[in-house]
Amino acid sequence: MDTFAALAHGMAVAVQPMNLLYALIGVFLGTAVGVLPGIGPALTVALLLPVTYKLDPGGSLIMFAGIYYGGMYGGSTTAILINTPGESASMATALEGNKMAKAGRGGPALATSAIGSFVAGTIATIGLAFLAPWLVDFAVRFGPEDYFALMCVAFVTVSATFGDSPIRGLTSLFIGLTLGLVGIDKLTGQARLAFGVPELLDGVEVTTLAVGLFAVGEALYVASRRHHSEEKLEPVRGSLWMTKEDWKRSWKPWLRGTMFGFPIGALPAGGAEIPTFLSYSTEKRLTKHPEEFGKGAIEGVAGPEAANNASAAGTLVPLLTLGLPTSATAAMMLAGFQQYGLNPGPLLFAERPDLVWGLIASLFIANCMLLVLNLPLVGLWVRLLAIPQPWLYAGILVFATMGTIAAKPSVVELSMLAGFGVLGFLMRRFDFPIAPVVVGLILGPIAESQLRRALAISLGDPMTLVQSPISAMLLGIALVALLAPFVLKGMGRFKANED
Amino acid sequence: MFRFSARLAGAAVALTLAAATPSLAQQFELKLMAPAAPGGGWDQTARSMQQALVASGVARSVQVTNVPGAGGSVGIAQFVNGAKGDGNQMMVNGFVMVGALAMNKSPVTLEQVTPIARLTEEIQVIVVPANSPIKNAQDLAAAVKADIAKVTFAGGSAGGVDHVMAALFAGAVGADAKKINYIPFSGGGESLAAILGGKVTAGISGLSEYEGQIKSGKLRAIGVTSEKRIPGNDIPTFKEQGIDLVIANWRSVVAPPGITPEQRKTLSDAVEKMVKSDAWKEILKQKGWEDAYLGGDAFADFLKKETVRVTDVLKSVGLVKS
Repeated sequence: MDTFAALAHGMAVAVQPMNLLYALIGVFLGTAVGVLPGIGPALTVALLLPVTYKLDPGGSLIMFAGIYYGGMYGGSTTAILINTPGESASMATALEGNKMAKAGRGGPALATSAIGSFVAGTIATIGLAFLAPWLVDFAVRFGPEDYFALMCVAFVTVSATFGDSPIRGLTSLFIGLTLGLVGIDKLTGQARLAFGVPELLDGVEVTTLAVGLFAVGEALYVASRRHHSEEKLEPVRGSLWMTKEDWKRSWKPWLRGTMFGFPIGALPAGGAEIPTFLSYSTEKRLTKHPEEFGKGAIEGVAGPEAANNASAAGTLVPLLTLGLPTSATAAMMLAGFQQYGLNPGPLLFAERPDLVWGLIASLFIANCMLLVLNLPLVGLWVRLLAIPQPWLYAGILVFATMGTIAAKPSVVELSMLAGFGVLGFLMRRFDFPIAPVVVGLILGPIAESQLRRALAISLGDPMTLVQSPISAMLLGIALVALLAPFVLKGMGRFKANED
Repeated sequence: MFRFSARLAGAAVALTLAAATPSLAQQFELKLMAPAAPGGGWDQTARSMQQALVASGVARSVQVTNVPGAGGSVGIAQFVNGAKGDGNQMMVNGFVMVGALAMNKSPVTLEQVTPIARLTEEIQVIVVPANSPIKNAQDLAAAVKADIAKVTFAGGSAGGVDHVMAALFAGAVGADAKKINYIPFSGGGESLAAILGGKVTAGISGLSEYEGQIKSGKLRAIGVTSEKRIPGNDIPTFKEQGIDLVIANWRSVVAPPGITPEQRKTLSDAVEKMVKSDAWKEILKQKGWEDAYLGGDAFADFLKKETVRVTDVLKSVGLVKS
């Protein structure tokens, strides 16, 4: 009952007019930066830190949280409409969402992602309020070997993004894994595949790769097709809103996405991308409309969108209870806490309950605001597609370039963006899937360093990988997921023979 | 447009009026480079300097630019080549840059910049999980001497201050530093989880990062790396436990190569004035940074000594090939 009382107290803090205003500014800014490719919530919070220095701590932290949630909402909008994920966590959304938009179902796609984000954000925030202390104990017990096992599960499910040809999918994945090797090796500090270019020592930035492959590549591809056949895009076909059928097909993916997003987001090295892919592949397996996947299935939008918002709330679990920042944005929020002389951690709940519960309560409020802000905008966003293509894609190129320069002002970074753009174009032209490249870049380095850490800790004994119950279980799941399709296929053939 | 500029002028007047030394402030417009992404220690140092320099009236405006990459290797290269001879530019740097430049075989070195001053330092700490059998620094030393490979240290990036400290600890207790089993994690967050979860023997980090966990009893601090005990804190130093380990994660500010002695003096004076201002002291208190001001030639000497010490350690652990 203590939690309820504290939460009620927090609500009282959060609904003060000034704090409501901060939350509104936050969600608005967050949505805006989420929409722009390349500019993420982390950069925004970083730039706002000195500005908010003079504000009171509660208000500015509430604003930061609004930016964080808003960024997760906004990132999906461009992913769906123009196949340009604003954040890497929205990449899975682009897979089906953009197909829906091209088929004139952009409205329902945006709606299911907004409502799914709301549902997931709300459930996950409840989880944050009630489960945080318990969940954090679990998260801390996750060792390097367990992360490695989790990455194995993620690798197995990547195949869901491969499209029709496993060979092409694997080729894409290995391009990504190779790019993941570039830079200073985390465990030995030695440079790999950097070719003496100092800018490459930090490795390939995921946003640069994603924006290059998706946004720039898409723009080049559209430009190259213009004279072949004018692709007619109908902004709206059928209802702008979700039909009864859409609702029926969305609610389960929302809940499942939340179940992936929240706990994985709470893991210190979990992140937001992995749950979105787990959710995508799960929905692909469970759907009653497998024929629609790859052509715009609403489940493939609802699940990943819920997952990425739930993981945003999950990230706050270790941040508030341990002072562990597990994402770039969380790290910036930690800096935000510290500028007021507050140290998030086990003592923060005891020392400043008004602040913590005010923040949690304002997350509920931010969520409601985002829904109110985003649903009416759906109609407006969909009109974006009515903009003549040359203008629209010229605009995308400008924003993609600007976002990249804002994050890293360097010639090398821009050249990489252009290079990845050409790569994206060629891959589209020759029908290679794009998402596995980005997935490879995200998963490869994590899997490698966690495996090597696990082995370093165990003094080279590989048995450590299966001795932990968590990792043994996860590896088991990976194995089942890997073998199940073959076994089922075999059984299907067996059955067919019997008939 | 007019209204906007009028308001701007008004703000400028207000600033000038508030300034302690308007004559100097009026002409001083500084550019300050943080050779790291927004949010990290160097960026925060640069932005704090910006705040204090303007608030104390030392400079009229300060512009902070971020040039991230490879522990500052990208930033310093741009700084040395692009700002040569410019008396209105400075760059923030620190301990980590010394190791990064050596490891990345950077063609640009810290010998090329003009040292201005050391500003702050953070004391380092070694912690163990609360249920660990290791109670103090001597216990850890004994474990290291018994079988160094079995003692796993978790800390920040390879070649950073935590890594150097692990090697120095092993060397100070008479073990072979080359054999330390150091597990680098990205950022304090992940390593903290590994320590709390009992995956590693000990963890190394800046004291402020683990203070909350130490106070709440989840981690036990077995020693800090300062010369003397920190006031208001009862963690013993390594020195008083008989282990000669003194190290701090310092941050400093430097000027470009090729500036005149007058330009150097102007910058040094400006930084000294800033360090003595109330605004700076207030910031230090908020951020939990120790004032470690060291100006002029003393800082230049310090920088040289640290470079030799760090490079030697990195060579001994095999991160830098000699």
